Amino acid sequence: MIVDVLVLGTLGAILGLDVVSFPQAQISRPIVAATLGGAFMGDAGVGLLCGVLLELFAHETLPFGASRYPEWGSASPIAGAAAAAGAAVGGVPMSLLFAVPFGLLVASVGGWSMVQLRQLNARLARRRLDALARGSAATVAGLQVAGATADLARSGLIAMIGAVFALPTVRWIAVQPAPLDGYAIPMLASLGGAVAAGAAWKMFHSTSGTQWFGLAGLGVGTLLVALMSR
Amino acid sequence: MTGTTPAPTPLPGPAVAAPDFPLRTRAAIVSRLFAVQASWNYEILIGNGIGFCVEPALRLLPGGAGGDAYRAALARQSQYFNAHPYLSSFAVGALARAELEGQPAARIERFRTALCGPLGSVGDRLVWVGLLPTCSFAALFLFGVGATPLVCVLVFLLMYNAGHVALRLWGLQMGWEKGLGVAAALGHPILREGPVWLARAGTFLAGAAVPLTVMRLVDGGGLPRVGITLAVAAVGASALVLFHGRVEGWRLALLAGFAALVLFLLRHA
Repeated sequence: MIVDVLVLGTLGAILGLDVVSFPQAQISRPIVAATLGGAFMGDAGVGLLCGVLLELFAHETLPFGASRYPEWGSASPIAGAAAAAGAAVGGVPMSLLFAVPFGLLVASVGGWSMVQLRQLNARLARRRLDALARGSAATVAGLQVAGATADLARSGLIAMIGAVFALPTVRWIAVQPAPLDGYAIPMLASLGGAVAAGAAWKMFHSTSGTQWFGLAGLGVGTLLVALMSR
Repeated sequence: MTGTTPAPTPLPGPAVAAPDFPLRTRAAIVSRLFAVQASWNYEILIGNGIGFCVEPALRLLPGGAGGDAYRAALARQSQYFNAHPYLSSFAVGALARAELEGQPAARIERFRTALCGPLGSVGDRLVWVGLLPTCSFAALFLFGVGATPLVCVLVFLLMYNAGHVALRLWGLQMGWEKGLGVAAALGHPILREGPVWLARAGTFLAGAAVPLTVMRLVDGGGLPRVGITLAVAAVGASALVLFHGRVEGWRLALLAGFAALVLFLLRHA
């Protein structure tokens, strides 16, 4: 358990850093990060299921500059790892029913913590305005390093606290008898599908011609669903 | 967010021969561009990051690193600046050249201010509302048709980062080539038409990916179960569109998910 928490904390720290500070390669997106978390716990497939569900929700929250948005980098690997840890001892549906909302909760806390980090960075910069005005290279580099280090610590701490709570909890939940667990994944899938489809409309509807592309895609998707569900 | 900010008018001025831009300096700037937002804050936004990225070029100024020209230029470049992080490479290239050409300080500062708006709005439309969701829906489509975790993750990362890295490198090159005339590069077809085509591709992929993703998640139960789940999702999506700006779906999902978890556990107890 301690090793799991430490490794997940490190993974969360690295992936959390990717969100804003370095290198913004989107390794922090849920579909990647939760799959990595699941893979670490021995089940990349369940990690991917969790990552896909979180990814559907993530379409609604785009990382525009100063806006506040959920921070997926430290949350997703914990959610993916929790889903895989639960699935290893019990059922996938109840594991996901815990892991997905828990991932959303941690991402929300992560978003709040990023605001605190930006305020901290602002305080650090304000104290060094004179040095910046003198063109001090050490100050410029120091502020970058301090910001990145604080971000790494922030996301690592969130991931570790998340893992400490999530792993034992999901292992308990996954083995509880739950006669309604057959509804868990359809419920999460319908919520995720609704959010992603609504977000796609919000993002793309103002561009001319997109409605026809959307309808064509929907036609292809529906046809494939009909063929593959038989 | 998706509003169009007009590109700044290129500043007129005497043609100046391009200074040397050694490969080593270029490589140092490129590596720093990936950390341009490391000290992002509400006071100077990415201003310090711009100074950090331009700094390797400033060492080429007369007097070298630590010289008067170097310090004055670094102080100028570390002030408030706002731009999309990937498109800030346009600014970094252009500002590095302007400093090495010895353009007047007031002119560089005016140019810096004028660049902020366009680099933010173009980047948001091209990347956050274009490239990112399109790559994400492509990965979800692959998941929906049964791809393995490795394929989903690799395709997403390769697609996205091909665009991401190319944009940073191209931006630096264009900024350096055009200098204070970089505004002309912001009218390039990639930046003007790219968001439109990415939005169309993204919409197509979203239309195809969402039903397939839901189908694979539900996994079993046949068409009726998938159909009911999709119908509920369609109603939910319509409601979210209707209440756009007043309700956030992911927050509702958080509450609904935990409520269902408690309900399922209590039901047994």
